[in-house]
Amino acid sequence: MSDIIKHYPPKPQKVYFYATCLVDVFYPDTGLAGIRLLEREGVEVVFPQGQSCCGQPAYTSGLNEQARTVAVTQLDLFPEDWPIVMPSGSCAGMLRKHYPRLFAGTPHEMQAEKVAARTWELTDFLLHVCRIRLQDQGEPVRVAIHTSCSGRREAGIAEVGPALLRQLADVELVEQARPAECCGFGGTFAVRHPEISAAMVADKAAALVDSGADQFVSTDCGCLMNIDGFADKQQLPVRGQHIVNFLWQRSKGGVA
Amino acid sequence: MNPATDAVREFTPRARTALDNPAVRNNFRKAMDGLMDKRQAAFADWDLEALRELGAAVRLRALSRLPELLVQLEHNLQARGIQVHWAETGEQACQIVHDICQRRNARSVIKGKSMVSEEMDLNAFLARSGIEALESDLGEYIIQLAGEAPSHIIMPAIHKNTDEISELMHQQTGTRRSHDVDYLTASARSQLREKFMRADVGLSGVNFAIAATGTLCLVENEGNGRLTTTVPDCHIAVTGIEKVVENLEDIAPLLALLTRSATGQHITTYVNMISAPRQPDEKDGPEEVHLVLVDSGRSAIYQDRELLDTLRCIRCGACMNHCPVYTRIGGHAYGTTYPGPIGKILMPHLLGLESAHILPTASTLCGACEEVCPVKIPIPQLLQRLRTEAMDGDPQRPAHMDGHGSKRNWREMLLWHGWTLFNSRPWAYRLGTALAARFRRWTPARLGTWTRYRSAPRPAPQSLQQQLRQCRHKES
Repeated sequence: MSDIIKHYPPKPQKVYFYATCLVDVFYPDTGLAGIRLLEREGVEVVFPQGQSCCGQPAYTSGLNEQARTVAVTQLDLFPEDWPIVMPSGSCAGMLRKHYPRLFAGTPHEMQAEKVAARTWELTDFLLHVCRIRLQDQGEPVRVAIHTSCSGRREAGIAEVGPALLRQLADVELVEQARPAECCGFGGTFAVRHPEISAAMVADKAAALVDSGADQFVSTDCGCLMNIDGFADKQQLPVRGQHIVNFLWQRSKGGVA
Repeated sequence: MNPATDAVREFTPRARTALDNPAVRNNFRKAMDGLMDKRQAAFADWDLEALRELGAAVRLRALSRLPELLVQLEHNLQARGIQVHWAETGEQACQIVHDICQRRNARSVIKGKSMVSEEMDLNAFLARSGIEALESDLGEYIIQLAGEAPSHIIMPAIHKNTDEISELMHQQTGTRRSHDVDYLTASARSQLREKFMRADVGLSGVNFAIAATGTLCLVENEGNGRLTTTVPDCHIAVTGIEKVVENLEDIAPLLALLTRSATGQHITTYVNMISAPRQPDEKDGPEEVHLVLVDSGRSAIYQDRELLDTLRCIRCGACMNHCPVYTRIGGHAYGTTYPGPIGKILMPHLLGLESAHILPTASTLCGACEEVCPVKIPIPQLLQRLRTEAMDGDPQRPAHMDGHGSKRNWREMLLWHGWTLFNSRPWAYRLGTALAARFRRWTPARLGTWTRYRSAPRPAPQSLQQQLRQCRHKES
């Protein structure tokens, strides 16, 4: 969205990698691929110990105290003035947009604002800070992309994924119907309103199937877990992958 | 029991019913797709961001001076002979309208479209005193025939297709069944025209009330608003106290935003500017004009610096047109006067969180509503705030809301307590994720409602942190 203002820093020597809990437990390959892509760009990746969750589930459930209790432990993981890079538009959005509000009026307000200003979604960072140029080494393939709503509207990366995919010579980017519409996960929304969430993911999966794509990629593991989990259970002929895994595989020729 | 608070409690079963109804799903999907396209086309030649900034600034400036602008509005309206009434509750507002009708021995009221009158449940109130209130907006007319509530704030009968409307008009008014929309419209028009001529009172809403000039601005497409406000001898306008703006110039950007956001029109067919009753040298117009300013919970919203953004709304309906939840369940599922995203942030104030706490949860926080809001209301942030109010509140933002904390229950809090412990103690997180990876094959295939529609996610054999620790170990 055009009212998100970003000032990209010059390419740094070091970055912090903040993996997110979903990547840590369910999609570690995405974390590894992300780290390798950054390292290939000549950036040293520092992975702080003690990472857990950014606090978003509690925050979006209206539990600010609990979210702060968790988030405050994460704030301390990034003491140096290096960029914090995250393979998730949603969690990056939590740090960039919501940490300042969550910590407003508390002793951690300044620290939260500094962390917010240094946080970047990984693909955004690769494209605009590292100015990555990808060499495609894969077979021709048709790919659709689902950019998460928070990536699109909080991290402002709607154009980033498509721009990266267009660098790959043998990847044909196809567009599904209503690309900007939510896939229906929304954290605890999917638990509290399962039928509405299911109707949304059904439509999203159908749009991806109808797009004629061989596969889709997503900028967020949350959306991936939702859409892929649905497609798997319903045995639909479409599967997804985190965009970072896809980029690493295409430009390197292996599985991360 | 209060029917308004009872209805919202039925959100989940109503939503399920709507999801299972292909006609509802199809009607809304088609209508919302069309409205989204029209809006986009209407703004094609505009610097939309700049215009939205301006719209937001105009509304914020007005709200920052709301109390004094209301007094100024009252003063300027009275100076030109418009009578001003203040109502703290919807019921008081109904009583005011009722008393005016009674004083004039009015038996019939013709109504232009007014969502505030829906909020007040005015028609039912007047009916109890034997006063007939007839809706003259075509959509409102249709749902009045059906005995239903509006399903959209701009297009109240959007949930009905032509066949359903034709059948309804045939049943209720004897109109010949037809697929011809023009024929059906003409038929309704001729029936309404007669009612206009006979009505004792015309009642309308207000889009913007201009404080500096004492002007009531009303936009509409059917001419029914013009007739409502000029044909009967008495015109009563009802509106929420937040609708006031400072100057006449403020109207230009707001109108440009309102009609394009709502229906994709560059301007509505009619723009009414009402500033006085009939003057001695004038041949037509009502001899009496009243404005009823309704609070109904709004001044409580105004007390909170964050929540007052709710009051910026200019009621264009773009948030519902773009809402993936509204599109799927339709307006009636909400059981509230205002459905969709604006309803989710407004109705908890009007009804209290005790009954309406479900509304703010019925969102993925996808932000499509905020993206299109012509006055840039941060709807997802307000939804988050209302969720906080319904749960345990935030000491950083003291609560004023009715029903604060009503959704908090020990079972859920116990879960969150565990979640907090797990994620704020590195040893707990490390142990927990190691166990999850170790016993991944035992991950339950059923995880509540998640796996009703999706396969269960399974932890990786080794977490990222485990793998990185091993790498580091090897390297050293």
